Amino acid sequence: MTSRNHTQGSAWTPGLKQSSCFSLPSPGTRDSSGVRGFHLDHQLQLLPMDTSEKTEVVLLACGSFNPITNMHLRLFELGKDYMNATGKYRVIKGIISPVGDAYKKKGLIPAHHRIIMAELATKNSHWLEVDTWESLQKEWVETVKVLRHHQEKLATDSCDHPQRSLLMDRPGRKRKWDEQKQDSSPKKPQEPKSTGVPRVKLLCGADLLESFNVPNLWKTEDITQIVANYGLICITRAGSDAQKFIYESDVLWRHQSNIHLVDEWITNDISSTKIRRALRRGQSIRYLVPDLVQEYIEKHDLYNSESEDRNVGVILAPLQRNISEAKHSNPTA
Amino acid sequence: MSPSLTQKPSPTGMYQVIEGIISPVNDSYGKKDLVASHHRVAMAQLALQTSDWIRVDPWESEQAQWMETVKVLRLIERSRSKTADYPVKHLPLHHHNQLLKSSAQMEDPDPSKTPSASAALPELKLLCGADVLKTFQTPNLWKDEHIQEIVEKFGLVCVSRRGHDPKGYILDSPILRQFQHNIHLAREPIQNEISATYIRKALGQGQSVKYLLPDTVIAYIRDHGLYSSDGSWTGKGKIS
Repeated sequence: MTSRNHTQGSAWTPGLKQSSCFSLPSPGTRDSSGVRGFHLDHQLQLLPMDTSEKTEVVLLACGSFNPITNMHLRLFELGKDYMNATGKYRVIKGIISPVGDAYKKKGLIPAHHRIIMAELATKNSHWLEVDTWESLQKEWVETVKVLRHHQEKLATDSCDHPQRSLLMDRPGRKRKWDEQKQDSSPKKPQEPKSTGVPRVKLLCGADLLESFNVPNLWKTEDITQIVANYGLICITRAGSDAQKFIYESDVLWRHQSNIHLVDEWITNDISSTKIRRALRRGQSIRYLVPDLVQEYIEKHDLYNSESEDRNVGVILAPLQRNISEAKHSNPTA
Repeated sequence: MSPSLTQKPSPTGMYQVIEGIISPVNDSYGKKDLVASHHRVAMAQLALQTSDWIRVDPWESEQAQWMETVKVLRLIERSRSKTADYPVKHLPLHHHNQLLKSSAQMEDPDPSKTPSASAALPELKLLCGADVLKTFQTPNLWKDEHIQEIVEKFGLVCVSRRGHDPKGYILDSPILRQFQHNIHLAREPIQNEISATYIRKALGQGQSVKYLLPDTVIAYIRDHGLYSSDGSWTGKGKIS
C-alpha cells in the first residue's frame, strides 16, 4: 500500500545530485572532483540494522469504542505497518483509550461494557492493550491531556527501567496501569536509551482529522499541541480529502511533517454507528466485530432503541466546556 | 439441524435460510495464484469452526477436474431428492455459498410445525457477489444455457459490491431480465470490501492482515508459507 508521508518530497532517484536533501541520516561525501554525491545506501534509505537508531512509538487511539469493531483494530495494524516501514520508527505498543461516560455522546453505553469489549477484542494481541485511565476520570478529558498522561507515563517508565523493553521482547505480557502505579522504585538518573523515551502519537481515522473544523469541539491550542508535540497518524480511505484538509489549515500545514497519512485500500465502512443500527434491525454483525465482542453484545443485549436514546438532548461535553469557557473569557459576547 | 440454526427473517419474509455451504473450486480451474485445494479447504474449515450454519464441502475440489457450476448444482439437487431424511451434511457443494431455502412458514420456529422432509424440499440457490454476476457477460466464460438453468431452475442471491451495478447487469442481459424474479439482490449495509486479491498482495508485501481474516487462517498461512512473494513467510513473524 502506498502512503503519503509529509516528510518526503518527490521520488528519490539514485545518482541524482540534489542541492537540497531531506530526511537523510547524514550528508553525502564529496568525491575527488569535489562534487557532492550520495552513498547508495542513503539514497535508498535502507533500514538501519541497529534498532536503537529508530524512534520507539506508541500508538494511542481515543474514541467512544461503542462498540469496538474490526475497523478500529485495523487502524492499529495499518498504523503499525506504516510507521515501521518508514525505517525511522519502531511501534512498540498500541493503546485503546475509551472515552469516559461524561462525554455524553448520544447512544454511549457505560464505560465498563466498552472497556470489557475492547479487552475481549485485544485478548489475542501481543501489542494492543486497553487503558482505563481516561474512562475512570470523573469529568471528560481532552484528548491532548490523554496524550500528555501517556507520554508522561512513558517518561516515568523510561527513567525507572531504562533497560526494560516496554513490550516486544516479552510476548504475551502487557503492562497494566496498576502495575506501574505500584512500582515504587526510586527514580535514578539513568542514561537514556539512544532512541530516548518512546513517543506517543495519536492514531485516528479521517473523521477525527476533519472534526477539527467542528466549531467548539476542539480548542485551537489543543490541536496545535497535538500536532506539534505528539503527532498524528491518520488512516484514510484512498483518495480522501485529508491532504486538502491539511493544506487548508495553517496549524496542520505548519506541522505536516508530524502528520502521517496512511492509505486504506480496503473500503472499510464498519463504523460503530452502523453496527448499532444493524443490531437494532436484527441484522448480523458477524465478521464485522471480533467473535467475542459479538457474543458479549448478544449476551448482555447492549444495543437497542433504549441504549441509542441515552444522552438525547444532552450537549456533548467538549461543546459544553468550550462554549462556557469562551463565555467566561468574553462575558460581553 | 436444530431450530437455533435458523436465521432471522429475511426482508422478503418468504424465506428461511437453513444452511450455507462453501465449495472451493478445483485446482484445475487454473486461476492465477490459486494455491492447492487442500489448503483452501483447510483454511475455509478453520474460518468456519465457529459458525453454526455455514460449512465447507471439499467434494468439488476433490474431483479429477474442474466442473461447471451448473453441474455441481444439478448434482446436489439430484442427491437431495433421493435422500429421504435430507442429511444436509452429505451433500456435495458449490464454489459459492448456497442457501437452502425452505418455503415453510418461517415465522414460527416451533419444531412441531416444521414440515417433514417429504414436504417441500429446501431450495438450492447460488450465492455470489455482484462481480460474479458481471462475469456472466465475459465471452466464453459461461454457456448461455447454463446461465439460464442457474437462474431459472435454481435462483441467485447476489450480494452487492462496490463499483458494481447488479441491476444494470440484469437489465443488460436478456436471460437475466427474463428470470429477474429469481435473482435476489442482497444489499450490504456495512461495506466491507475484503478481497482475497488484496489479502494475497498484502501478505506478499509482509503487511498485516489481522482482523481481515480469522487468526486461525492467518496462522495456517504462516505455517504453510502461503501467499508470500518468495515462497516463505515475510511477515513480522508474530501474529501480534
